[in-house]
Amino acid sequence: MCLGIPGKIIGVSKNVATVQFGAVQRDVFLDIVDVPVDVNDYVLVHAGFAISKIDEEEARKTYELLEEFLSYEVS
Amino acid sequence: MKYLDEYKDGAISKGISKKIKEISKKKIKIMEVCGTHTVAIFKNGIKDLIPENIELLSGPGCPVCVTHMGDIDKIIWLADREDVIIATYGDMIRVPGSKSSLQQKRANGADIRTVYSVAESLKIARENPNKEVVFFGIGFETTSPNAAVAVKMAYEETTVKNFSILSVHKLLPPALGALLNDPELNVDGFLCPGHASAIIGTEVYKGACEKYRRSFVVAGFEGLDILHSIYMIVKQLEDDNPSVEIQYSRVVKPQGNIRAKEVLNEVFEPTDSKWRGIGLLPQSGLAVRDKYAEFDALRKFDFPEMESEEPKGCICPDILRGIKRPTECKLFRNVCNPDNPVGACMVSFEGTCSAYFKYT
Repeated sequence: MCLGIPGKIIGVSKNVATVQFGAVQRDVFLDIVDVPVDVNDYVLVHAGFAISKIDEEEARKTYELLEEFLSYEVS
Repeated sequence: MKYLDEYKDGAISKGISKKIKEISKKKIKIMEVCGTHTVAIFKNGIKDLIPENIELLSGPGCPVCVTHMGDIDKIIWLADREDVIIATYGDMIRVPGSKSSLQQKRANGADIRTVYSVAESLKIARENPNKEVVFFGIGFETTSPNAAVAVKMAYEETTVKNFSILSVHKLLPPALGALLNDPELNVDGFLCPGHASAIIGTEVYKGACEKYRRSFVVAGFEGLDILHSIYMIVKQLEDDNPSVEIQYSRVVKPQGNIRAKEVLNEVFEPTDSKWRGIGLLPQSGLAVRDKYAEFDALRKFDFPEMESEEPKGCICPDILRGIKRPTECKLFRNVCNPDNPVGACMVSFEGTCSAYFKYT
């Protein structure tokens, strides 16, 4: 139910964005996302509304943390 | 974007698994509160990647499952009216009420539409000015801001008079409080719901963490996110330092989503609410504020007093509290299964019983 799907904004018109999810495009409301978003940004979409902008910097940091676990796998 | 699909790397998951096994000494219980996490845990085989001293429990985080029978009976009662179109999220259609379900009503000719977004129900209202369109508003803080926006849209449009919402939305913090106060349940750490937390933030967990000395980690939904979050909980508990951390930092900020919280607070106010499994929790639901009363189905329709009963033999209430497992239910598999669900936990694909049926 609380499923959120990440997608890329490819167009914005007032409070509605066109968001690309894989091969599918959908209109998404921007009424509750609380930071400015624009074309090329990634947003997390829940039931037709963007609820959060995906923070690329944080995504990178988390992934770097995860990569540290690779050393345990090989050691 | 990079870092969207990378959270599935098998070598990393083996590494985390190894590290968890290395540091984990205590016998601990971790509860995932969110139904989407329940499904992700099964899908990714997480239980096979953690040692036996860590027990994973499912909590009351499937909105379909915690919706009280009395509220389901209300929407089913509305479906009988010829002037009403019901709009609802998919899973809710199949949930059995005391005597019938929306699905059965639809088979008998009631106009019941499945929508992906509350905005669609507003569109249905615009297209059917001679019908009353009622949206069945279920869900936690992830979902309720959308409903708030739709009510505001209807209010501002001024021409849509035939749209209303039956709000049975639930608030997460009171449920968490009830779990922490439940003497039968002893949970050491919580995998906190990623998307509800994107709205409410983490302040609420801080108070609970200080008071109850439990571990709270806000987790993402990929396999690696969940394993990583389990590692963070285990590390906190082994270091005897239960705290609040955000693993899912690419989406969740400590302050949450302020704009969503504002619109939620503008349209709804907290009200006492009945939960399946937990019972009546003070200030744990959302009622439409007076300003928007014309869009409140509870005020628009004259609901009769109804007596609702839980199906006999169904232990959904205990499963939702994490006290029992689906395999302990006599109805599980033979009598109650996804084709013929008796209880709500089998209906929703995120329900604990449905996940156990599919994956165990």
